[in-house]
Amino acid sequence: MLLSTHDLVARYGQFQALFGIDLEVAEGEAIAIIGANGAGKSTFLKAVCGQLAVARDAVRLDGRGIGGIGAADVVRLGVAMVPEGRRLFRSLSVEENLRTGGFARRPGPWNLERVYALFPVLRERRHQPGTSLSGGQQQMVAIGRALMSNPRLLLCDELSLGLAPTVVKDIYAALPSLCAEGMAIVIVEQDIDLAQRTASRLYCFMHGRVTLSGASGALGKHQIAAAYFGLEEVAS
Amino acid sequence: MSHRSDLRSPVAPAAPAVRYEVATRAGRITAGAAVVACLALVALPLWGDAADARFVIEVICYIVLAQMWNLLAGYGGLVSIGQQGFVGLGAYAILVFAQHWGLNPFWSIPISGIVVALCAVPIAKLVMRLRGGYFAVGTWVVAEVMRISFSNLSVLGGGSGQSLTVMTQIERATRENVTYWIACALLIATIGGMYALLRSRFGLALMAVRDSEAAAESQGIDVTAMKFRVFVLAALGCGLVGALYYLSVLRVAPNASFDLNWVVVAIFIVVIGGIGTMEGPIVGAAVFFLLRWLLADYGSVYWIAMGVVAIAVMVLFPKGLWGMVRGRTGIDLFPLQMRLAVEAEPIAPRPAGDSLASSIRRESMPSAPFTASRSSGADS
Amino acid sequence: MIEWLDTVIQGVLLGGLYALFAIGLSVTYGVMRLVNIAHGDFIILAAYLALPLVGGLAWNPFAVIPAVAIVMFALGYTLQRTLLNRTLGPDILPPLLVTFGFSIVIQNGLREAFSSDSRSLPLGALETASLSLGDTIAVGWFPLIAFLVAVALVFALSFVLSRTNTGIALRATADDPATAALTGIRSAHVYGLAMAMSFTLVAVGGVFSGIRTTFTPESGPLSLLYSFEAVVIGGLGSLWGTFAGAVILGVAQAIGAKFDAGFGILTGHLVFLAVLLIRPNGLFAKTR
Repeated sequence: MLLSTHDLVARYGQFQALFGIDLEVAEGEAIAIIGANGAGKSTFLKAVCGQLAVARDAVRLDGRGIGGIGAADVVRLGVAMVPEGRRLFRSLSVEENLRTGGFARRPGPWNLERVYALFPVLRERRHQPGTSLSGGQQQMVAIGRALMSNPRLLLCDELSLGLAPTVVKDIYAALPSLCAEGMAIVIVEQDIDLAQRTASRLYCFMHGRVTLSGASGALGKHQIAAAYFGLEEVAS
Repeated sequence: MSHRSDLRSPVAPAAPAVRYEVATRAGRITAGAAVVACLALVALPLWGDAADARFVIEVICYIVLAQMWNLLAGYGGLVSIGQQGFVGLGAYAILVFAQHWGLNPFWSIPISGIVVALCAVPIAKLVMRLRGGYFAVGTWVVAEVMRISFSNLSVLGGGSGQSLTVMTQIERATRENVTYWIACALLIATIGGMYALLRSRFGLALMAVRDSEAAAESQGIDVTAMKFRVFVLAALGCGLVGALYYLSVLRVAPNASFDLNWVVVAIFIVVIGGIGTMEGPIVGAAVFFLLRWLLADYGSVYWIAMGVVAIAVMVLFPKGLWGMVRGRTGIDLFPLQMRLAVEAEPIAPRPAGDSLASSIRRESMPSAPFTASRSSGADS
Repeated sequence: MIEWLDTVIQGVLLGGLYALFAIGLSVTYGVMRLVNIAHGDFIILAAYLALPLVGGLAWNPFAVIPAVAIVMFALGYTLQRTLLNRTLGPDILPPLLVTFGFSIVIQNGLREAFSSDSRSLPLGALETASLSLGDTIAVGWFPLIAFLVAVALVFALSFVLSRTNTGIALRATADDPATAALTGIRSAHVYGLAMAMSFTLVAVGGVFSGIRTTFTPESGPLSLLYSFEAVVIGGLGSLWGTFAGAVILGVAQAIGAKFDAGFGILTGHLVFLAVLLIRPNGLFAKTR
């Protein structure tokens, strides 16, 4: 198992956001985490990529505890994050933004040329300021930046946020080829259809807990809706 | 919460009276001790000599300055290293009023303070265009400009300064005693005034600004206006210190009255004692004078020790000595927190059989404070 | 007329020196929002570090510069990583007060070690040698060299910031430290480097300043004020903007001093206040 979390608990000061998450990702697998706003999906990704302090053994990579060791160390171990809202560096050009991804200096096939091959529109704009691009192009830069660190696990936080559907389609079209090369992907999505089509397994979060998990194909709409909105709880 | 009243017969309880309590036991003890201390202080001319009085005046000046700096930085969020400018302005104001214009020297002290506060208005407008660390250095530049300007005014003594010879017309004992009592009045007014200020609406708004400017702004507090008022208030305090101190010293010179050390000591006192608390400057002043007494013979080493202590405190105990004590024990000698004191109202018994309403009520969070204490009594 | 030109040239060359001071201050502000109150005192510290090398070991002051620069580079990195990094955060007060504490310690430490006597770094013949431009204007060789070195250093810093990985890391961390960590940038190290770079500029400026004028342990604060005024006049966000601000300050001081020897510094202060009043963002600010 590439990534596994064990009873992961996370807090923002006195506010508890995660109440014991158990989740697994295997090598080369694509899984999706769905859930309403405030369910704890982004918090979960932040805990995995090292931006949140959590118990050391609550997050394990290849069986080794990596919880709370800090984002700069986690990326060097092969877990890269595409953060929510893109978060490109304002003062840097497109190419410089991509180059920052390479600072983790991990061996692997990804470099500037490959990123430009994946997202050709970026090549034309390589020297423009990162933030002068459209939302979809910025998302490509953010993904490219993460890929430059040659990750084994790619975390994508709400790739579709604020983007037009056609743009979202183009971006998601790039993901299967990554999995084919052995990269595992965790996507956080609010669009359930997109999540089911992209991922082989789904987890549904609500109020900081996993309310449903299973193979994408095996989960029915009503089941998901109940887990998403919490209607199941009232019935019991 | 509110849906409760839709589902049952409306026997809404009358809203109970809401009281706020601020006084604490520690606060009452402190108030008592303060009264005793004030009496002892005011009576000093009876049991002490002139040297004691001069020392106490110096201590008072530093405490008042520290409280002003604390008001600015700890409550207003404005870090200034230019307060010596207002001290010097106060000194020169009293020189002009008492020496040159022949006004009563003792009344000149409050007049000087007010004039300095007026001068602070345009200075604030200028200097508040800067933020953070740049604001700090900007205030220093302004103080420097004032120092250089006054050094070049030969009518006021130029670089070497001028004496307040008019004071020799007053009999010595009277002069020293009245000056001393004015100092006591300044101390009491400052500490009492600051406490009253912080307990007022202005003070509440100020603490909101200190804790989070964005949140305060969203509550309708005009943050810029608040900072402006705090700046002018602090200038008033510093001006009074300058006027008082140099009246007691009887000579005004630019390099002394605009000396950066005024603000250095104020900062040291506040930082060591605990910034953003009222008790802090008093604790800090005690530490400062203790250190000064212990290291008096060692010259510059004393300042080095002060600097090292300040650095260590900032890195290890950013809340200062009092802040640490307060953090561990929760004691406030000058209590400022408002605690809600609510009388719980008994709820009238509800008609039986409405199970959905009661199950919803069981799940809803006890957010309405008025009914939290008794609602479980009438459970079905 | 020619006299004024001569004054302006002197001011410009002085501005080069101020540029070194100012850019050192603005680098740390740009990367970590830190205003180093002891900035001027570190400038003077550099001059004092050079003193025993020049005096006791009789090195040429120009040769001393790399040695002092290396020592200051290490000092800046160490201070940042051991003390200042612990104070960085949303509150501006702790780093300001810690650097304030540095200022007190340095000034008084220097006074204990070297006494309050005026010192100077002697340069020998080069101090007074001058270059003739035309018939009536003579430009001192030393101020000219100092100016050219300043220009070269700013070019070098600009190159580092825009072309090298270190520069990219610095700029990324300045923009968004949390996301920078996601790409593997260690902000503690980056901040250390920023402070070290600032100290290196300060070291060069300090030695030049020590050659140019006499200095005492109390000379530091004035250099801080000049650095700060130059940054505010020039505006934030641009290295060459700050350089221009420093030159303007130098020229203002030179012109003021021409009227009356004591007015030079005051004129600089007044120009600063004027810019603050009319164009608070500085004359050459880049919008960030």
